Amino acid sequence: MKTSLTPVDAPSIRSRPVYAVLESRPASLHLIVADGEGADAVVEMLDKANDRSGMLAAAHVMYTPGPDGADHGAALEAIGAAQFFRAPTIPSLLPRLQRVLLDAHMGTQFYLAGTEGLIGQAEREIMNTGFPHVAIQKEHRGSTVRRVQCVHCKGITENVATDPFKCSHCGLNLFVRDHYSRRIAAFQGVNIDAEDPGKVPESVVRFK
Amino acid sequence: MSGGAKLPVRVAEVVEVNELIKRFRFVSRDGSDLPAFSGGAHVVVEMDDHGTRRLNPYSLMSDPEDRSAYEISVRRDDQGRGGSLFLHRHVKPGMEFVLSHPMNLFPLDNRARKHLMIAGGIGITPFLAQIAQLSHFSGKFELHYSARSKPLGAYMDRLSSAHPGKVHCYFDNQSQQINLKTLLATQPIGTHLYVCGPKGMINWVLSTAESMGWPKLALHHEEFLAPGTGKPFEVQLAVSGKTITVGTAQSLLEAMEAAGVDAPYLCRGGACGQCETNVHKCDGTILHRDHWLTPEEHAEGCKIMPCVSRFEGKTLVIER
Amino acid sequence: MSLDFKPGAFSDFFRDETFRESFTYRNSPDAIRRFPFPFDRDEYMYSVNMEPHVPGRKGSVFEKTFDVDEHYVSEMIDRAKVLADDPLRCQSLPHMTLAGWDTLELIMEAKARDYPQWFSLTKEGDRWHWINRPLGIDHTFTFLDESTLPYGPFEYIMRQTQGDWTLQDERDGTLWLDAGVATSQADWSADFDIGMNFHEWHAPVPLAHDLGVFDRALKFLLKLQHGSPVRRFNWTMTVNPLLDTSPENYPKWGPTKTTLTQENLGRKQHLRVELQSLYRLPRSNAIAFDIRCYLGSFEQIVTVPKWGRRLHRIVRDLHPDLATYKGFIRNRPAMAEWLSKYDDGAPTSPGWWPED
Repeated sequence: MKTSLTPVDAPSIRSRPVYAVLESRPASLHLIVADGEGADAVVEMLDKANDRSGMLAAAHVMYTPGPDGADHGAALEAIGAAQFFRAPTIPSLLPRLQRVLLDAHMGTQFYLAGTEGLIGQAEREIMNTGFPHVAIQKEHRGSTVRRVQCVHCKGITENVATDPFKCSHCGLNLFVRDHYSRRIAAFQGVNIDAEDPGKVPESVVRFK
Repeated sequence: MSGGAKLPVRVAEVVEVNELIKRFRFVSRDGSDLPAFSGGAHVVVEMDDHGTRRLNPYSLMSDPEDRSAYEISVRRDDQGRGGSLFLHRHVKPGMEFVLSHPMNLFPLDNRARKHLMIAGGIGITPFLAQIAQLSHFSGKFELHYSARSKPLGAYMDRLSSAHPGKVHCYFDNQSQQINLKTLLATQPIGTHLYVCGPKGMINWVLSTAESMGWPKLALHHEEFLAPGTGKPFEVQLAVSGKTITVGTAQSLLEAMEAAGVDAPYLCRGGACGQCETNVHKCDGTILHRDHWLTPEEHAEGCKIMPCVSRFEGKTLVIER
Repeated sequence: MSLDFKPGAFSDFFRDETFRESFTYRNSPDAIRRFPFPFDRDEYMYSVNMEPHVPGRKGSVFEKTFDVDEHYVSEMIDRAKVLADDPLRCQSLPHMTLAGWDTLELIMEAKARDYPQWFSLTKEGDRWHWINRPLGIDHTFTFLDESTLPYGPFEYIMRQTQGDWTLQDERDGTLWLDAGVATSQADWSADFDIGMNFHEWHAPVPLAHDLGVFDRALKFLLKLQHGSPVRRFNWTMTVNPLLDTSPENYPKWGPTKTTLTQENLGRKQHLRVELQSLYRLPRSNAIAFDIRCYLGSFEQIVTVPKWGRRLHRIVRDLHPDLATYKGFIRNRPAMAEWLSKYDDGAPTSPGWWPED
């Protein structure tokens, strides 16, 4: 089943990240990081690649299932990249990415696919090397749950589905803004009942 | 507001670096410190060449923390419009000039893990200041510098002895060339590349890097265009209500200034966009020579960059 | 090493006042006359409205590059408290250290030149001797050597400078907010916004993007030259003379918006004016952005009849999206009602000066 390529609304404000379809580009190393249904985006890119075997021979793939349990890892492993790594979670994937970045060279192409949480956290690691973030390819697939930072206590709540939601750290009722920080790799959550404590609108599922 | 605040200076020293290049040292007329600047910055030097007003941009090459003076190096261009010839033939210590404040259209990206610099000929000048600035903060860099011959390799000895192992020199007359592909393949992630030199060299470096997967935003180049010469042409200025003629060795911007029309500028080399002007009417062909407007904008003909671009045809009316 | 204030000098000029709990902040009669009332006409809409930041009318807040007024010492004490509570309010990404030194130099040189009775800077090569008499600071350090300062250069000078500041790195044809201090901000989070580019950190502002305001402003700023600073106004509304209206502390100050009555509104409701000035920095090629905050209570503003009439018309007629963004939509009817008593409908003269 093919999900829509960018299952998020058109950017409401200019800090909202935008995504595009992955395309193969010339590189000495293709570093591919995906979660959940992001695996499909990578498979489709490879199907369209001019030099599929050349790309696979220089590809390092890191994968973890999505926050909703979506696991398309078998299909991704089957494409036969030179290196394939499967991590149980995003936090267990990131140390390997950091290690690979330590001695990566210019001429590496970065491909990130899947949920915004995975894309944002991988992008942050790559950006920290001084590599221009605009040149990192990002395609959103699968779950739209959000990684949200509470602007008050600074704690990050993963996989936020409802708006408003309760901060998993300080317990304040937060509404989810589209304002996004690449440095923190999170959307901003702001207390919704600050002016009228206790008057919290009914929570609705906005992100699935 | 064209050009902003100005710096009144005096020539303190003129040094012949080699048969083509002279170095000029400017100090402030009242002996005060000049502003510090960022490596890669240029100043616009205002010259009175026997009645012709010239405003030419030159990269600052001195140490940005040396506030006692600014230094530029100028390569003599016998075929040019005359600015370099004026500096080479007529400028002596003690003469007074006016400089713009430094401005930088070729800055270092300070987040870079490493700065890879590629220079050709007189294109070395911005790198001299950048290297001096990086040296104050232990910034990591590597310079690859080609010149036609050893005698024309200005400042090579100084750079090589100050930064052993980081400066690599190449001479055309010994058929030496940068091994660009190997160089570009071995740079750590987060490296930014800077190139300044002849147009052909810039194109070679940028296109090779892009074909090897380097992102555009990690590639920086500086190419000042001399305004160039051409046939004289007439222009109507809609706002000031004047009609002016642009001479063979004059730019449209210079012709406007000579007619007393205040027009904005920064680089005077087709790069910064400051002098962009709307075209009201064009019966003829605009000879676009800038890097600022997009190819689409060049084709539309609704805008012109008066610092470098010219016109051939019947009528040109611009908003100025 | 730390930066201990020993205030007390010039106490006949610098007011001892608070911006929290007891809220003893007031403007003296002289300070009201020089209040930077931001409206030069009876209606308001966004515009880029930049002008050269050159010395202005004598006695006005434009007279010097950096206005040091009667609130200086108390504002610096308030900043130190905010930073002690939350050090994330002042941050500088690693590549911005040089821009921090540029900012320190800009401020020290200007203050020593414009206020020699309060500030002094003497240099012997790299050894700089800085005296800040109002705050009781006497310090010798090595320029460009961070190890000789108790904080990074940016934080060091920000602890002695009124206004919130951001430092913007220029890259890739835009500006990046890569350093900033925010202890007197109008509801934006420095911690969250640091690292964003010009359009991203302005993203939450309504209407202005569609008007092209930010595209024009960015184009203008990229051409900003060293030695030719510019300035503009912005404004918002704050209940109580509270400098720290941060999103971080919104749960603490948000409820005060519900405390206004017609009886206390004149005293509690403040017009909050930002005098913003922008400087191209020499060594880093970054742009420093000073967001200087002036607070005036409604009852003090309306002592100038022209300002009372005009403020009423502005508050009454403002686009609802802007009133929402500026955070006073819920109190707008009460504010307009209170101000209407000071608007007899007479015409107002153009410009913002009180007497013109």
